[in-house]
Amino acid sequence: MSRFDLNNKYKAVVIGGSAGSFQGIVKILSHLPEDFPLPIIMCLHRLKHVRNGFVEALSIKSIMEVTEPFDKENIKRGKVYLAPANYHLSVELGNYFSLSTEEMINNSRPAIDITLGTAAYVYRDKLIGILLSGANRDGAVGMKYIKDKGGLTIVQEPSECMIDTMPTAALNITPIDHILKTDDIVNFFSELNKHYK
Amino acid sequence: MKEIDIADLKKITELVKTKYNYDFTNYAMSSFKRRILRILELQNTTVDVLIKKLNESDFLDDFLNEITVNVTEMFRDPPFWRVLRDDILPAIMLNHQKIRIWHAGCSSGEEVFSMTIMLREMGILDKVSIIATDLDTTILERAKAGEYNLKNMELNEKNYIRYQGNSTLKDYYSEVGGKAIMDKSLVENVSFRKHDLVNGEVFNKFDLILCRNVMIYFNQTLQNDVLRKFHESLFKYGYLAIGSKESLIWCDIANKFIVVNNEEKIYKKIKD
Repeated sequence: MSRFDLNNKYKAVVIGGSAGSFQGIVKILSHLPEDFPLPIIMCLHRLKHVRNGFVEALSIKSIMEVTEPFDKENIKRGKVYLAPANYHLSVELGNYFSLSTEEMINNSRPAIDITLGTAAYVYRDKLIGILLSGANRDGAVGMKYIKDKGGLTIVQEPSECMIDTMPTAALNITPIDHILKTDDIVNFFSELNKHYK
Repeated sequence: MKEIDIADLKKITELVKTKYNYDFTNYAMSSFKRRILRILELQNTTVDVLIKKLNESDFLDDFLNEITVNVTEMFRDPPFWRVLRDDILPAIMLNHQKIRIWHAGCSSGEEVFSMTIMLREMGILDKVSIIATDLDTTILERAKAGEYNLKNMELNEKNYIRYQGNSTLKDYYSEVGGKAIMDKSLVENVSFRKHDLVNGEVFNKFDLILCRNVMIYFNQTLQNDVLRKFHESLFKYGYLAIGSKESLIWCDIANKFIVVNNEEKIYKKIKD
């Protein structure tokens, strides 16, 4: 199966999601190939004042442990990261994270546009961006930025989304390489994994 | 998404450094870049015009005000404030008659008011001397004025309830013309001063330093420098509180501190 036409140039995967994305995320994380070699950086809209619980809930389901990075933490292969509540999460040149409490963007902190945009700046064409179900437009600009830098873009099939505003907003402003149902995103990860064996 | 060349960023930091002695060289790149882009957007201008303005006019205060991130809350992370109230301050009081506190990077003062409200409810406000500093004089004036947008008070009140204070936040402010005017007696003994963590000298010794979500805007080199200043500014066995998602473990002098509360990132200086 070569429908995705993949190779092993990629250095990281970023995933954005909001309302209705939790189940999709859980499915993806629970079906990840063992020893998946790339860092997976997730920015999901979440309750601002609830610091605990979310990362644990994802970790239980995930093949790989999910952690919230500390400011200036190095980004490592084969780790799953989640943007902490009430902080924007940026990727810095030098392959580490930084956090910030800047103004909300699209009424969101963490804002998906910031995580996707900074990751695209650092990884350029070696980045895979995935945008899932969500009720606002956050992430669309970030996906366009990934595409502009030559990265690979995937959105969840709008018909499968609980709320399709987010993937639709991305589709409206930039070409998207693959429009996939969650099951196919799972397949995508397993195919990608084969290129690193 | 807009972009700005690193070369242009460097032009700006060089100018501000040589002309005004503010050094943003070691600020974290991604957020600093966003701040510059934000100024360009707010001013509807270009890098060249910005540089011209910085060269010619008294634009520096506005620049500093926009470059620094001034988003803050009262009682942000309520569990942190509970730990301060229930563990840290009682521990300091055991050994000291007078408590000296430094809010480093106090921004618009929400955290200072949180502190003084907490201290008043503990009945020890008169035993504490507080110095609150920021490099941005515009924001210091706002902190001194203690006037906040009423709509922000909703979140502040929610935090206060989760902190489990003795009363309601409404007891500490009055509503005037869409603003929450804080009770000034809370901060009558607070000294608000201009101070730059990057170039500023160590100026006093403290029992407790709060610097939460400030060093996240610095790179690791600068974090190390500032941590050395904090170390020097603390009495032995004094406490340092940083943001819940910050960490000292990568810093050179981390071994001179121990973790007192890992969840809330409160450290104690154990070696000179």
